[in-house]
Formats: sequence, structure tokens, C-alpha cells
Amino acid sequence: MSKTFYDETHTAIGHPKSTWMQWMLTVDHKRIGLMYLAIMMTFFFIAVSTAMLMRLELFAPGAQFIDGDTFNQAFTLHGVIMVFLFVIPGIPAVFGNIIMPLMIGAKDVSFPRLNLFTFWLYVLGCIVAVSSLWVGDGFADTGWTFYAPYSLTTGTNVIMTLVAAFILGMSSILTGLNFLVTIHRLRAPGMGFFKMPLFVWGIYSTAWIQVLATPVVGITLILAIFEKYFGIGIFDPSKGGDPVLFEHLFWIYSHPAVYLMILPAFGVVSEIIPTFARREIFGYRTIALSSASIAGVGYLVWGHHLYTSGMSDLAKTIFSFLTFFVAVPTGVKFFDWVATLYKAKIVFSTPMLWALGTLITFAIGGLTGVTIAMIGVDIHLQDTYYTVAHFHYAILGGVVFMLFAAMHYWFPKITGKMYSEVKAKIALLLIFVGFNVLWFPMFIAGYYGMPRRYFDYLPEFEVYHQVAGIGGIILFVGLVYMMWVLIQGWRKGEPCGSNPWNATTLEWHLPSPPELENFPKTPYVDFEPYEYHHGQPVVKFDENYKRIS
Amino acid sequence: MSAHFEEEYVVAPDGTEHKVQAWQNDTDAGKLGFWLFMFTEVMMFGAMFLSLTYYFTLHTQDFFAASHGLNRVLGGTNTVILLISALTMGLGLVKMKKGDIKTAKLMIWATIFLALLFLGIKAVEWTAEYHHGIFLGLPNLQAGTEHYIGHGQTLFFGMYFTMTGLHGFHILIGVGIMLWLLKRINSGKVTPEHNILHFNITLYWDLVHLIWVFVFPLFYMIGAGDVTGGAVHGH
Repeated sequence: MSKTFYDETHTAIGHPKSTWMQWMLTVDHKRIGLMYLAIMMTFFFIAVSTAMLMRLELFAPGAQFIDGDTFNQAFTLHGVIMVFLFVIPGIPAVFGNIIMPLMIGAKDVSFPRLNLFTFWLYVLGCIVAVSSLWVGDGFADTGWTFYAPYSLTTGTNVIMTLVAAFILGMSSILTGLNFLVTIHRLRAPGMGFFKMPLFVWGIYSTAWIQVLATPVVGITLILAIFEKYFGIGIFDPSKGGDPVLFEHLFWIYSHPAVYLMILPAFGVVSEIIPTFARREIFGYRTIALSSASIAGVGYLVWGHHLYTSGMSDLAKTIFSFLTFFVAVPTGVKFFDWVATLYKAKIVFSTPMLWALGTLITFAIGGLTGVTIAMIGVDIHLQDTYYTVAHFHYAILGGVVFMLFAAMHYWFPKITGKMYSEVKAKIALLLIFVGFNVLWFPMFIAGYYGMPRRYFDYLPEFEVYHQVAGIGGIILFVGLVYMMWVLIQGWRKGEPCGSNPWNATTLEWHLPSPPELENFPKTPYVDFEPYEYHHGQPVVKFDENYKRIS
Repeated sequence: MSAHFEEEYVVAPDGTEHKVQAWQNDTDAGKLGFWLFMFTEVMMFGAMFLSLTYYFTLHTQDFFAASHGLNRVLGGTNTVILLISALTMGLGLVKMKKGDIKTAKLMIWATIFLALLFLGIKAVEWTAEYHHGIFLGLPNLQAGTEHYIGHGQTLFFGMYFTMTGLHGFHILIGVGIMLWLLKRINSGKVTPEHNILHFNITLYWDLVHLIWVFVFPLFYMIGAGDVTGGAVHGH
């Protein structure tokens, strides 16, 4: 058997002998992606545990386990880790790194050393973010949005969290920059933009958001730090400043950021659905261009976070209509996926079930988003559990579930082994049941007026919190079980061969796991990404990556 | 790192031969990547210009008054210096591409000199302002103290020090990477054929001087006229 990328690597400096140093200094995009995955999943479980702590506290009214201040810090920690350390690097940092170069027939990203630097920047950001748990006067209690003026006056260690978010932002910018250049420069000969797999389109659109939106929040955080040190009044209403300006600048980044999260996830769906429907995807170009237009229109909708913060009625109306409009390209994607499934012989393997389930949970998340895009309705539902449930249906039930789908889909390619499909489906069932039991009651509680981020609540909301609490436990068990199944698959799974799913994109023509420089010979791409004939992939290569059919 | 790699070609079904673009020796990737990095700089300063403009609408008279106190002669001189430095940097690249390495290096040194001159003048300005009690963290800029200059002027000077400070930081970085560029030229790593580093640093310097072209009028020139009648602080 030939050597894989686990056996040998290129490093940024020197030729270290120890395996550990070879991983730490590697410039191989596949290894860097795996290291991202390991750190991200660790933080994911820390943040999930924090959420479980809050659910436990909320199981009954009044204080049981933690006090109100700790609760504020807990939801800030949960939000900061989930958003900045987990979901924003998310699918691009892991699968954009591991899979995207394989899909376009490249040997690495355009700037491999920058890629390693970006990873270490991410690690530094993580360290700074969590170290404020022990350094200074406690972790920030502002919520992950750091809204002024409270973030300027609180005694907790907000500055460190702001610095961490800035560093993580730089890491995100450089990842996006690297991917943009890679996609423009390193596609295999013959692969035009409209022959790229749709996951690459998702990564491409995301990368533009990373490059163009992140600097805005970066400088906003710097201004907030300056404000905290020097008190020049930039966001402080008591000194002539305007806290709403902070909200504008923050959401100019942070709303595109949710599209930054979801677009690669849509890309994953667009890979999984044609693979397991065994047919060409319906409306390839509309899916590709809808990614780009979501990225474009997504820039112009940030104001819907500020309906209750003080904005002119005209601005509210414009932002409301733009927000409705951004649902259109998303709808186009959904109909394309459904049309692909129509009359197809669907193979219900684990990744496909993840994708199909996520279509439902994300549709709920997306459509409830449209209801709160309405100005009048939002006045009632703003800052309630309804908004919280909408967000988690969209991000957990959309982005994170698609990250899990991607983990199951590309698992055989990355490890060369197959997990137990039966056990993986049980994990999926637990997670889906737990997820819906956890979040659906919150729509109702929010509709009846349960405010978000509250440490205590009126007794009539108890039933919703208790149902949610039980759902949370089921979800947590499911998540742990899923990780166990995957780790067992990695350790003891059966070898899977190069193309266990009968998929068509370039990475499935490579051995599993791939070699160090992916393609010993570069293929010429004169075919569409999803060509099937009678349920079998059309394109086949010989051992020199010359097309034989 | 794979130090050496071989150019690869693939043959399309129609018999034509296509070069495979590797990540190694990809000058266009270097240019594209750096242009994207410049976009991030534009967005970053753009957000600050947005904040500045917004506060100008909120505190117009205070901004006129505060701006009136800035030294337009020194600020104008600095603008001219940066414009000339952009010229020298650009000429250096032209000379490098033509193979005249000696003149190219001279031009880079000239740019470094002008950049340091800019920083020197900036230091004189900041020192003068400091002696007038106007600087980040000084009591005159703290609400509630005896000589507090008011919300509007504090915001003006707060943005002024933040933005010119961040711009000055970019100048300093520019000097650093120009010295590095000279070292790379001396060791033969940057040549008339492989001038991507020189190209990108020139691009960087163009953006840095361009930002100043916007900073100068928005801070220094808005208070140039006497029409405002606003009180001038510190003189």
C-alpha cells in the first residue's frame, strides 16, 4: 500500500523527526483541516456542556445551581465559543481545507505556509478567549455580541474576549483569502467555474464574506477596546457617542457571518443529495449563482437586528424587504434539491439522512426567520425564546448538522475506513429527536413572552423549560454517542476503498486516505461534477488519472 | 516544504496540452492574494471613516472647532511627503522591472526616508497636542474633569488619534517590510524577473498613502475656514 498523508508530510521549517512536530509544523491542507476539527470539536463539547448547565439551572424557576452573574457569563461563554471558535471557522476551516483542494484537482492551497500560520492564529485566539476565564475579573458577561454601552462599563474581562475575537477574525480573513486565491488559480485544467462541485461554490462565496466583512467587526472591536481604555466616547451615549453605531458596525459583519456559516453547509447538501439520489443535480447553475447572490444580498440586511434599537421607519422597511428577498435564493436551492430527489432512487445512507433531516430543521429555522423579519412581528418576538429557537434551528439544525453530515460523508475519504451505519443512524435519531424536543417548545414559550438570556422565569413557563431540558439531555447523549461511533469507526472500521458512496466528484477518484500531494498526475476535467448514468458514475480514470470513460 | 517541483502538463482529449498551475512559483496568486488583503484594509478603514462621518453629522460645530486647532501646515507637508513617497516607490518598481536594481534600491531608500520624515512630523504634531493637554487618556479628554473639552471635540480627537495612530502604524510596518525587501534584493531573492514582493509592497504603500489622502481633508481641512465661528481650543 502506498504512503498516505498520515505517513509523510511537508513542514514549514526543517525536517522534524518526531511525529508530533511533523503535525505541528505541517503545511499539508489535509492535516491542518484535521487539527482544526480536533480543536473545534473539543470546544464544541465545552460549549454544549455550558449550555447543559444553563438548561439544568432553568429546569425549575428560581436559583438552584448557579447565580445570575454566573448565568450571564455562562451564556456569553457558550455564545463566544460556539460562534467564534466553532461555527465561524466551521465547515470552511475543516472541510474547505481537507476537501476543497481535492475537489478542484489541486495539490495544496495557494499559500500552504499562510494556511499553517492561520491555524496557529486560530489556536492563539482560542487560548486568549478561554484564558479570561481565569485571568482578570472573570469571563465577559455581555453576551457574545458585546453590545455597548454595557460592554464598556462591566467590570468583567471583556477586553480579552474582544482581543480574542479580533485574532480569530484575522484567522478567518486569511483562510478566506487563501481559499479565494486557491479557487481562482489552482483548478485543474479544463475545470471552469461552472464545472466546479457546488461545495467549492459554497466555499468560494463564503470566502468573499470572510475577506470583505470581517475587517469591519475587527476594527469595531478595536474601537471598543480603545473606548474602554481611553473613554473617548465612541460608543458611549453619556459622552456624546452612539451605542447604535456599535450595533450597526457589529451586524455589518455578523449578519453576513451567518451566511458565511450556512453557505458551505448548503454546499455540503448539494454534494450529498446528487450522490445518494444517483443523478445529476437539478439546476446546477441556479444553485451556484444563488450562493453568490446570498453572499451579495446578505451584506445588505444587517439592519433587521436593530428594529428595536432606534432606526428610522424608512430604514426598517428597506431592511425588512431586503431580508425577505434573501430568502428567495435560499428557496431556489431548496426547490432544486427537492427536484433532484423527485423520482430518484434514493439511497438512505447516514449522510443522506443527515442531509434530508437538516432540510426540514433548516426550513423551520429559515421560515421562522422570515416571520421575525417582519417589523411588527419582530417588536413582539425580539429578544424572546422565539428568536433563540429560530437561531438554533438555523445554525445548529442547519450549519452544525450539515457539519455532522459532512463528517459522515467524507469520513471514509479522510480515514480510509467505514463507521457502523446502524449505530450512526441511531445517533442521528437521538440527535434529531433531542434537538426538536429541546428547541420546539421555545418557539411557543417565546411567543408567549419568555425573554431570552433570563436567569429566572415565571412559573407558567416551567413546562416549556422542562420539556426543553429533557430534549437537551437526549441531544447531549446523541452527540456523545455520535462521536463515539465515529471514533470507533476510525479505530476499528472496515477499509472502505476509494469510492464507497458511488460519488462523482474528484476526491472520490483518489485513494482513501489520499496521498501527501493528492494527485500524482493531474486529471483533465472535461466533465460536469455530477454525471450519472443508470445510477453509476460516468467518469472513470486509469491509474495515471487519464479518463477512460 | 517541497523545495523543487516539476512543471506538469496534461493532454486534453482533443490533443491540446495544458499547463497545470502549481501553488509554487505562482506570481499571479501572490498578486491576487495581496489585492484581497488590500480590500480588507479598505473595509477596516472604511468602517472608521463611516464612524467619523456619522459623528461629524452629530457634532458638526465641535468638529469644525476641533479641526481648526490642527496644524494644517504640518499636515499639508505630510500629505505632500506621502504623495512624493508613492512616486518614489512606484519609480523603484519600474526601475526594478527594467533591471536597474541600483536605482530601484535608491528609490526604496528614498521612500523609507520620506516615511520616517512623515513619522517625525507626525511626532512633532502629537507632541504639541500633548502639551496642550490633548491626547488619549489625558484629563482634558475625560468627561467630568476641570478642563474637559466637551463631547464633540473629544470624539473628534479620539478618532483623530485612533485613525492617525493606526495609519502611522501602517507607515511603520511599511518601513519594516521595505527594509526586508532591500535585504531580499541584496541576497538575490527579489530580481527583475521575480519582483512579486516588490510589487506587493509598492501596492501596500499606494494604499497607505491613499488612506492619508482621505484622512487629511476629513480631519485637517474641515476646520480651515473661519465661517464656523466655533471656539478654538488650546490656542
